[in-house]
Amino acid sequence: MVKFLMKSNKSDLVLRSLSLFYLGLLIILPIAAIMSEALKGGLINLWNNITLPQALFSLKLTFIVAIIIVFINMITGTATAWVLVRYKFPFKNIMDALIDLPFAIPTVVTGIMLVTLYGPKSLIGAFLGKYGIEIIFDKPGIVLALLFVTFPFVVRSVQPVLLEMEPDMEEAAMTLGASPLTIFFRIVLPSLTPSILTGAALSFSRALGEFGSIVIVAGNIPLITQVASVYIYGEIESYNIQGALGLSVVLLIISFLILLFLNFLQSWSKKHETWR
Amino acid sequence: MGIVIRNVYKRFGDFIAVDDVSFEIRTGELVALLGPSGSGKSTILRIIAGLETPDRGDILLKGEDVTSFSTQKRKLGFVFQHYALFKHMSVEKNIAFGLEIRKRKKKEIEEKVSELINLVKLQGYAKHYPSQLSGGQRQRVALARTLATEPKILLLDEPFGALDAKGRNNLAQWLKELHTKLNITSIFVTHDQNEAIEIADKIVVINRGRVEQIGNAKDVYEHPKSKFVASFIGNVNIVETVIRNSNIFIRGTDFQIIDKNIDTSEDRDLVLLVRPEDVYVESSDAHQGFPCRIQNIHYRGSFFELDIDLQNTYIKAVKDKNIFLKEVWEKNQPAFIHFTQYKIFDASEGHGKIRKKLRQLGYIE
Repeated sequence: MVKFLMKSNKSDLVLRSLSLFYLGLLIILPIAAIMSEALKGGLINLWNNITLPQALFSLKLTFIVAIIIVFINMITGTATAWVLVRYKFPFKNIMDALIDLPFAIPTVVTGIMLVTLYGPKSLIGAFLGKYGIEIIFDKPGIVLALLFVTFPFVVRSVQPVLLEMEPDMEEAAMTLGASPLTIFFRIVLPSLTPSILTGAALSFSRALGEFGSIVIVAGNIPLITQVASVYIYGEIESYNIQGALGLSVVLLIISFLILLFLNFLQSWSKKHETWR
Repeated sequence: MGIVIRNVYKRFGDFIAVDDVSFEIRTGELVALLGPSGSGKSTILRIIAGLETPDRGDILLKGEDVTSFSTQKRKLGFVFQHYALFKHMSVEKNIAFGLEIRKRKKKEIEEKVSELINLVKLQGYAKHYPSQLSGGQRQRVALARTLATEPKILLLDEPFGALDAKGRNNLAQWLKELHTKLNITSIFVTHDQNEAIEIADKIVVINRGRVEQIGNAKDVYEHPKSKFVASFIGNVNIVETVIRNSNIFIRGTDFQIIDKNIDTSEDRDLVLLVRPEDVYVESSDAHQGFPCRIQNIHYRGSFFELDIDLQNTYIKAVKDKNIFLKEVWEKNQPAFIHFTQYKIFDASEGHGKIRKKLRQLGYIE
């Protein structure tokens, strides 16, 4: 350790300490604060806060919706990336640029857009309402909002991998007699899997935390459309800090696990990369 | 006929990759498509495999016109330059792929895979992934994977290009043995003339998308039909010559060359091509050689290379080690040379262009 310190000169040391200090101040400190505050009342108290019916429902809803949109994203995102990379068509550049729009639009605006389009008073909403299908202020609205907000993740993680993919593995499969479908499922898809999973994990964690668009689209109806983030907001509004902390800790831990998963995925796919 | 290529033409944008190429390959032959990089030889191979569609022309395999067939339907084996192994599959899974998609029985596949692993000498590597293998091992997996489906025609694109010299030699010899054993028709693409001469029954020399010459190694080496073939296959001295008073001379010297096939009635420029091993150098003029000077001597292992100064025309000669060491040779000593075999071409077909091309290829400086 001493040797290590002696080797680096003073400005290096200052820079390193400063950046570590900044990281601690900005990220570690708030996490430590929320954890210690949540555990103040003891583990049993924390557990009771999490297992309240309303809290548990919001957690369950959040997870079910997140899993649904992750599956849809894996398919639509991969297909979109495939079309963007493998096909030539007019206005391709414009379409490519449009993909990022969900990131750029404020999520509250996303919510308002969806309400305007599918709300009970809109043309589509009124039509569907006749058949008893409600989109806005119900679960389908949450799914739609999350699909919109998380759309770019899978597309943008798969696209560069597809671009870099040499055609020779596919050609080799062709010469061995494989049909286009076989080639896609047995050759292309396995090579894309790490990037699809990366996009999926990012969509998932984003879906867990999404607030702005959901609060507009789904409202705040306990035991029907209340997702975890909206529940936490509601608890804060009614001065129940302990209730808010319980779910916050759960979301925090899950986000951390997703991060670990992504790191593992990265090192795994690096290990399986071929040397050329 | 095994493979017939008829009037095949292919262009990429402004670049004509294959320019009206026709040749035929008999069943059971091992043929080399030889040419410099960018000559169109790989494109021809890919057209035969159906990986590239020709703009014009036909491909016949075993008498059947397959020009409109998909790659899958042509049922041939293709070995790629960079192996193209399925990197997410183990060695045995790679080899089994062609059989699995043919829905063969599990036991049959297992037997065939282990047989092929033995054939390519990769025992103990069945569970390894491509990234854990060396270049030569990967190439052998690629071969085994291709052979699993028992193709009657095997196409190989620069199969040894990415290997080191020793690995290349071993694998080339092994391929020749395998070709004979399996009784298949094979075409391999190469830019390495030694490789072509060593293992091919027949060499098709390709330059700028055209066939320059077809023949066995000896034909192509000893009787090149064009300047390009002469200079591309083996090393060659390119010497400017002229016709003066109905005689042929090396430019700027009185070194007279006899060639009865050349019409000498008209004064013009010619090019003489002579291989270094056909330049005979001796220290006395016992054979009425032309006087010259030894400018430099290079040790090359089994032989010596001599730089000969022929009144400011420079020629390379080689001499076998054992013959060379019988005499004492020194730099700048006078000597006498004559050519045992040479070829004269008319320079009028664009001498400057040919020189430029040869310079690009690194055959002349």
